[in-house]
Amino acid sequence: MNSLLDIHDLTVAYHRKPVLWDVDLELHQPQLAAIVGPNGAGKSTLIKAVLGLVPLASGRAQIFGEPVARVRQRIGYVPQRESVDWDFPVSVLDVVLMGTYGRLGWFRRPGRDEREWARECLEKVGLAQYEHQQIGQLSGGQQQRVFLARALAQRADIYFMDEPMAGVDAATERLIFQVLADLRAAGKAIIAVHHDLRTVPQYFDYVVLLNVRLVAAGPRETTFTPDNLRKTYGGRLALLDAAADAIAAGSGAP
Amino acid sequence: MSTAVASRQSFAAPQTAWAWNEWWLLASYLAMSLALVVIGLEWVTRPAASGVPRDLAAPLWTIAVGSASAASCAILGCYLVLRRMSLLGDAISHAVLPGIVIAYLLSGQLTGWPIFIGALVLGVVTAALTQGLSSLGRVSEDTSLGIVFTSLFALGVVLIQGWVRHADLDVDCVLQGQIDFAGVTQEFYGWQISRPILALLPTLVVTIGFVALFWKELKIVSFDPALAAAMGVRVAVVHYLLMAMVSVATVASFEAVGSILVVAMLIVPAAAADLLSSRLSMMIAWAMAIGIVSAALGYVLGAALDTSVAGMMAVVAGGQFALAVVFSPRSGLASRWLRNLLLAVRITSEDVIAGLYRAEERDQATGVSIELSGVRGESTRSGIDEHSASPFVRWLASWRIAHLGWTAKDRLGQARLTDAGRTVARKLVRAHRLWETYLDTHFDLPRDHLHDAAERMEHFLDPELQAELDAELAGVATDPHGKQIPPADSAVDSSSLEK
Amino acid sequence: MIESALHALRENYNFVVILCGVSLLGAGAGIVGAFAVLRKRALTGDALSHAALPGVCLAFLVLGERNLPAMLLGALASGILGVAIISALVRWTRVRDDAAIGIILSVFFGLGIALMGIIQRMGSVGNKAGLSSFILGKTTGITGADVWIILASAAICLAAIVVLYKEFLAVSFDADFTQSLGWPVYAIDLLLMSLVAAAVVIGLPTVGVIMISALLIMPGAAARFWTDRLSTLLVLAGGLGFVTGVVGTTLSYTFDKLPAGPVIVLTGAALFLLSMLLGHRRGAIARILAHRRFRRSWQERQLLRTLYELIESSGFRQRSVPQDDLLSLRAWSPAEAQKLVQEAAVAGLVLPLPGGRVALTDQGWQQALEATRGHRLWQTFLAEYPEQAGSVVNLASVSVDDHLPPALSDELQAKLVAAGRWPASEVAP
Repeated sequence: MNSLLDIHDLTVAYHRKPVLWDVDLELHQPQLAAIVGPNGAGKSTLIKAVLGLVPLASGRAQIFGEPVARVRQRIGYVPQRESVDWDFPVSVLDVVLMGTYGRLGWFRRPGRDEREWARECLEKVGLAQYEHQQIGQLSGGQQQRVFLARALAQRADIYFMDEPMAGVDAATERLIFQVLADLRAAGKAIIAVHHDLRTVPQYFDYVVLLNVRLVAAGPRETTFTPDNLRKTYGGRLALLDAAADAIAAGSGAP
Repeated sequence: MSTAVASRQSFAAPQTAWAWNEWWLLASYLAMSLALVVIGLEWVTRPAASGVPRDLAAPLWTIAVGSASAASCAILGCYLVLRRMSLLGDAISHAVLPGIVIAYLLSGQLTGWPIFIGALVLGVVTAALTQGLSSLGRVSEDTSLGIVFTSLFALGVVLIQGWVRHADLDVDCVLQGQIDFAGVTQEFYGWQISRPILALLPTLVVTIGFVALFWKELKIVSFDPALAAAMGVRVAVVHYLLMAMVSVATVASFEAVGSILVVAMLIVPAAAADLLSSRLSMMIAWAMAIGIVSAALGYVLGAALDTSVAGMMAVVAGGQFALAVVFSPRSGLASRWLRNLLLAVRITSEDVIAGLYRAEERDQATGVSIELSGVRGESTRSGIDEHSASPFVRWLASWRIAHLGWTAKDRLGQARLTDAGRTVARKLVRAHRLWETYLDTHFDLPRDHLHDAAERMEHFLDPELQAELDAELAGVATDPHGKQIPPADSAVDSSSLEK
Repeated sequence: MIESALHALRENYNFVVILCGVSLLGAGAGIVGAFAVLRKRALTGDALSHAALPGVCLAFLVLGERNLPAMLLGALASGILGVAIISALVRWTRVRDDAAIGIILSVFFGLGIALMGIIQRMGSVGNKAGLSSFILGKTTGITGADVWIILASAAICLAAIVVLYKEFLAVSFDADFTQSLGWPVYAIDLLLMSLVAAAVVIGLPTVGVIMISALLIMPGAAARFWTDRLSTLLVLAGGLGFVTGVVGTTLSYTFDKLPAGPVIVLTGAALFLLSMLLGHRRGAIARILAHRRFRRSWQERQLLRTLYELIESSGFRQRSVPQDDLLSLRAWSPAEAQKLVQEAAVAGLVLPLPGGRVALTDQGWQQALEATRGHRLWQTFLAEYPEQAGSVVNLASVSVDDHLPPALSDELQAKLVAAGRWPASEVAP
């Protein structure tokens, strides 16, 4: 069977320190998956390694059974918000339009169809009225939503998101998750780095626990357990307690 | 919720008229500068004696050469500045020197394509060497830049002084160019044309073509290289194409205006334009405009002071950058100061009338007449003084209150709220108490911390948010301190106060 | 060349003077520049030198005659003004540091050129100013008095560095931490920048505006390849600067067609290049070799471990496995696997058997045990102490013993034994 995402024997090292070590991960069905782990666990690096943005010490990553370079048009990517310069002189719509560049190829410029589509994507994240604003004028949560809209504009089948919920308020977080859930319902796969253990059970149905090595990966019910979390984070009790509460709450939810 | 509220309050209605405003500003700036240039030209070209015809051809050709060079450099400079690679532009403009010299030594001519090829190769080599040294030697990017460009420039100087015997290629003309000779024209297919323009005009056209052709790639690589790479855009290819274009623009400008001016024209107009615009297209337009104005005014000043035109162009560019730093509508120092001042005045004046409103409220509750409130000093104490606003701000605030007719003097000479003032004040007090209530119900804050937060927030709560807060706090009539929250509709309330 | 230099030494008092001046300048600039490089301010010197030019011209315009000390003071003032504007721009506006440096550098330089144009048109006085030597430098202009100025400044730089060594070290190593200790980081920084400014200004008449920054950057950056210790680095940077000055001056003197400034810079570049390639601490060749050694040994251990694990999963019945099975555990291409097996076979660790199978030799078996133990101990360590993940692990070392205390590695081993995953030598098939 062709898997959606197949990471095999992946090691990324920096100055001989492993950032990711012997990671094997396969995803067969479209999932709303969270990559969870402490700081420095290599969560962002895992995404970058899959997308070919960092050099690998060993291993390979395939998407839809093909090398990543061949299926780039089917991959959506949301980098960390801090990775770009928000003073850059572009409007909100311009940024969303960048999502269509991948399909356009060299030399072709986005036309009316692309603009329409970009507006639609903006509407989905509730920012239609900010289309003409310079991106620096938006709040953090709105900037995150612009990135999400840009990913939507990519019309991808699999999305990699690096902390799409970093620094957003609760309302925006709910909205972002609604968009993700819609994508998931439309048969897309989403793999998102997530830092807030408490909201994992609420939103995600698949969990990848990562701390340099892959600790566990699987459906949330069986994988997001206190035992696995301890193996990922070590004995930081306060944090685990909060997560345990969330797990208890999440198991009661539909 | 709290951050959603806090973040939304800072946005006014979307600016749909941005484009119009920015273009208008650019057009008026150009018009003003043009007027200055015309006046200046008029003066520097005044005939020495009456009866001698005014010679405009040479000055205009010089300005044209300078403008063409400045415009090409400014366009490319925008991408350098946005990608935080300004200094790579500086380095390339120095480092193409050995390329030019070697091309000259090989081909024996100082014009035409060999020079361009030589410069192009060296420009790309500079970019590659800088990157190579920093990854191979693990030194920081700016260290390797500093080493690469000084060495290459030194190599160029050694080559010139050691091997080149040509009047047109000495170190001085490399540094300062020979824009003084741009006015000398020659015949070209029946037209009298200045020689440098023959290289600069095609360069400008190629530069514009390059940016138009790779518009989308340049934009995404500059804004978000990680996404560009993830999408399969060849980031390195775009990077080296840009560097090659910078070298071409540099060498085309070299002969005419020298290497100092090239650096100034690459970086200064683009950096100024970055402060002035909120669109990439706008930024490029501004950068070109600033570059052209630098060329024209620089010529005028250089001619007037009888000194290096290239040097004066750089100085004029610097002057325009300083203007942008101070007066840019969006991020200039003066505009920021003005915005802060206006905000302070608004807040201070609102605080005053809110204080008066509270005093009225208290007087009603205690049955003491309103007239006495001023005597007790309640209104003034709760108003301006609390806010340590400067006397100037306080003076402006009192002017604003008077101008808007929020207060009027009563028989005793005390300031009293007018109906208009009372309506505004009620809204403020309402916003203040709503926010206190919201904070109190949603956050575990000590009661005495609520007031300060609300004191700031009351000035920013727009009707939409108030409605949201209302819905959230439906039915709550008093704030955490037990004071009544004034209702939103004014009719009932004002009559009850007036009786 | 040496003979002619010696000849020149005997013949020419001027040459000795110049040689002394430039070498001292090189040493002083090298030492001060080393700090600037460490402090990630490599290009501040470049900005400073360009910004100094209008000061030189203004001093001349005001005095109406060539007066070196006054011109250098002017240079110092306008250079520092330029650097101050750069930091103000970065601090108060959204102009980024690279653009700020570029702007100040080019605009001040343009102003200097314009002022120079005015001076040159003043007639005979202007022509005697020798201002253009400030741009590219002119060693022949050095007089005995200038050497004393250079000597005194170099001495002051050295004294300041000796006195404030600890402070400079702390600030260039970790400014934020130093600030948290309550040290006046800003003042120390300012002093450091003043030293850089002094070095630049002293160098202007000899090496020139455009290339003096090379004299600051190159020795420090080159010295970095030879040592990790700051004290050694400083001595080395001073020494390299000195050598640069001596060799560069001699070269330009010997081939009198060559201008001194650029030749000095090219000498420095050559020294830098040699250091970068050959330096034994961080030099490129040493590092590339070490990296290749590491990769080979790491991949070899990967191969051995994979073979062990395949044998383990077959219940230790055979000491050989089909080579193709390697590909199921590792993401190697068949060609890569073939190459690794061949290399290991040459090293006597594995034995390719007919029928596409690979066997471990006795020696290979021992090393495979070690590699697997090391790997599993690390993995267990990560599972048991996830807080420490990554910060301790080192892929280059075979065993954990170099990095973990013995008690801990015993504990981890006990865990593996209990889980039946400890590779024991006695189970060899």
